[in-house]
Formats: sequence, structure tokens, C-alpha cells
Amino acid sequence: MKIGVLALQGAFREHRLMIESCGTEAVEVRKPASLDQVQGLIIPGGESTTIGKLMCDFGLDQAILQRAEAGMPIFGTCAGLIMLAKTVRGSNQFSLGLMDIEVERNAFGRQVDSFEFDLPVPVLGYKPFRAVFIRAPWIEKAAPNVGILAQYNEKIVFVRQGNFLASSFHPELTGDNRIHRYFLNMVKEAVN
Amino acid sequence: MVEKGSWTVKKGLAEMLKGGVIMDVTTPEQAKIAEEAGACAVMALERVPADIRAAGGVARMADPTIIKRIMDAVTIPVMAKARIGHFVEAQILEALGADYIDESEVLTPADDLYHINKHDFKVPFVCGAKNLGEALRRIGEGAAMIRTKGEPGTGNVVEAVRHMRAVMGEVRRLQNLPKEELMTAAKEMAAPYDLVLYVAEHGKLPVVNFAAGGIATPADAALMMQLGVDGVFVGSGIFKSKDPAARAKAIVAATTHYNDPQILAEISTDLGEAMPGIEISTLSPTERMQERGW
Repeated sequence: MKIGVLALQGAFREHRLMIESCGTEAVEVRKPASLDQVQGLIIPGGESTTIGKLMCDFGLDQAILQRAEAGMPIFGTCAGLIMLAKTVRGSNQFSLGLMDIEVERNAFGRQVDSFEFDLPVPVLGYKPFRAVFIRAPWIEKAAPNVGILAQYNEKIVFVRQGNFLASSFHPELTGDNRIHRYFLNMVKEAVN
Repeated sequence: MVEKGSWTVKKGLAEMLKGGVIMDVTTPEQAKIAEEAGACAVMALERVPADIRAAGGVARMADPTIIKRIMDAVTIPVMAKARIGHFVEAQILEALGADYIDESEVLTPADDLYHINKHDFKVPFVCGAKNLGEALRRIGEGAAMIRTKGEPGTGNVVEAVRHMRAVMGEVRRLQNLPKEELMTAAKEMAAPYDLVLYVAEHGKLPVVNFAAGGIATPADAALMMQLGVDGVFVGSGIFKSKDPAARAKAIVAATTHYNDPQILAEISTDLGEAMPGIEISTLSPTERMQERGW
């Protein structure tokens, strides 16, 4: 099993290291052809406008959508969450639109408002998850078919819809690989 | 408990900028062009380095009006420059809500002995460095991101290359030293011992490291990426060229696909004229911005 990490811009190295720390091989994806060898994809944090443009310019948008329709699991963090959303509030920027959620960009404010917090995430067990929010988006609205995995101050920050997983925060920046393992289980289930 | 402005959060934003291009802009219109081209952040300035160089005199923090207007124009992070040692300019930039402060040699230094104590701030800082010792001193003071100094406003990449090679060479040297020699190495490069230990053990800086100072073409950006930087600042190189939008877009693509000569060849085609360059040897020592700071 190989996991692709979209390496157009952003914190792709950290995701690759986290996947490797779980004992799974990770591949950096910059061109559509690299998608052929992976069974799951991570879209990292970074700048969503930058990632979206590079995705379209090099044909990755269509390639990812095709694989997603065929059932490949995708995990998006921060900018990756924005890429997965159907609607980005107040913006006409590109997104893949795979999840029935509406997101608000930079919802927590500018960098001086960025923060970390011990977030309760029931599906991960009793121990909270140290969540790092950097100029983070939140999920303003989620359709009934979207499972809410965590909230911060009543704002939705972690969701799953079928084979798609998305977080406002950055699990790749802490040493805790529980969310990456959760995603790897999703990929294993999809492969079998 | 909510923790704002922590080291993880400061360093984290730089991690999100990796593989991206940060562009100098002086107006909201330029900021929009940069964002449209795929910049991962902009640096809000009154003048780009080439014009600062031409104008002479004292270069200071930009007028807050310009910074605010640029912050209103784009959704990507907005950085701004403070003079070396001018902690009040930094306080003002933090109050304005700038996302990153560049304590920059491009501006006229306000203190010839001391840099800003960057640990005092919630907003993260980026600082320039010519070698590993200088990079580690800045990190010791609290910089959450490092960039090469290069020679700003010249469109000449040679100094950025020199600085990156110096840093990487010293990193490799530290990796090969036995532990008992590391204190002496720290003394020789005037760097904090704990950071020297970190570099010796991990083979890299503890923070993100970008290229800056003289990048003018997609090939320059890819060159710096292949030398091992995490991303690129482009100052005068974009808005001093003939076709800024096309060049900006090409430099963004080159920073992502830096290892793919085929793509680099395609995106380097038909960009119009690059900014006029300056040969470094024609600059007198006092004209070299890289000599500012220590």
C-alpha cells in the first residue's frame, strides 16, 4: 500500500514523514501519472489558492476527481480541507467539491490568532489531540451525510464523509500520528 | 488551554509556506496579481529593493496605510519588513495584524549592535543569513524562519547561491564532527550551543529556510530549490520585469516542479525581459545590503 501526498506547495514533507512513521510508504505527487501508484491521497496544508491553481494548471484536478469517484480515500488538512469542500464562502476560488460542506477561510483570524489546543476527538479515544490551528478555516455548514468528528467552541473542525476525511488543524505538525493511522485504516478498508 | 503565538504555531506558518513563492508588492493591485499568479504570501513594501537601492537615503518600515490596504486586498498571508533592531516598528506591525515580520537588511538598520528579541512577539519573524552561524544566532533570538540574504535588488542570484552553499556546507561539516568538537565549532561560528547540537544531529536547520536576494527567473528559483531551500522570496524580480503576471506564474510553477527540466523549459518560454541585473563587483562594500546585521 502506498499513500500519495500532494506536493505542489505546503507542508507535504511533514505528512510524508507522518505516514512513514506509521510504517507505510509515501509518495510525493506533483503530476497526474504519480497518482497511478497510490491507494490514498493526502492534500496538505499550505495556501489553498496556490495549491488550487497548480492543481488545475498541471491536470491534477481531473486526475484526482476520477480517482475519488473510483473510491480512493482522500484526507485534507487546512488548505486540503478547503480543496475538498463543495463551497468556499465569499470566494470563487477552485475546489474539488467532493465533500458536502461549506467552509469559511481564515475563520479564526490572522496569524496572531493562530493557536494550539487539546481537542477532544472521540473517535481517537479518551486522550485529546493536540490540534494546531494556523490561519485555519472552519466548517460553517455540513450536510446530514457528513459525520462530525470534532468541534472547537461549537465550530466544526474535523469531518468524515465516506472515503473523505478533513481537518481544519494540522495533525502533521505534532508527533501524534493517531489521525494518520485512522486515515490509513480508511485506505485499508477501501482497498479490501 | 488555548495557546496563541507558541513556537509550534510560529514555525508552523512557515511550514505552510514551503514549496511556495513569497512576492514583494507595493500596491493592492500588485498584491492581487501576485495572488492570482499563485504566490503563497506577499511582502508589503513601499518600494521594492531595486528602487530602495536607487533612491538611497534611509529606508524604513512601510506606511501602515499601504500594509492595511494590501491586507484587505488578498486572502493569502501578508508579511512586512521592520528595520534590524527596530522593535517598535515590529510592535506596530504586530498590532496591524501582519502575518510575518521580516527583520530585514533591505531597510536601513536602526541598531548597529542588537537585533530584535523576537521571542517577545506573538507574530513570527523571518531573518536573513549569510552562513550557518548567523542563521543560528537569529533562531536563538526567536526567528521562526530563515532566508538567505543574497544581494537584494540586483537580479543577480550569485550571492543567494553563495549563502545557501555556505549554510549547507557548514551543516554537513557539523554532522561529521565528533561531539567533543561541537562546543569549539559553536564558539568559532558564534552560535548557540544547543542549536549547533540540533544541526549536528538532524543535518538541517530547526526552522524552514527560504532563498532570497537576487532571484529573477524561473531557473533561478529552481536552482535554489535544487540547492535545498524550502521556498523562494522574489523581491524586485517580478514587478521590475516586462510582464510581471506571466513571470510570477512561471516562478511559482518552477518552485513546485524544480526537478523537472521539461516543465522548466516550457514555463521559461515567452516571459519577456527579466529585470535588469547588477554585477556584484560594481557595488561598493557600503552598497551591499548583505553586510547589514551580524
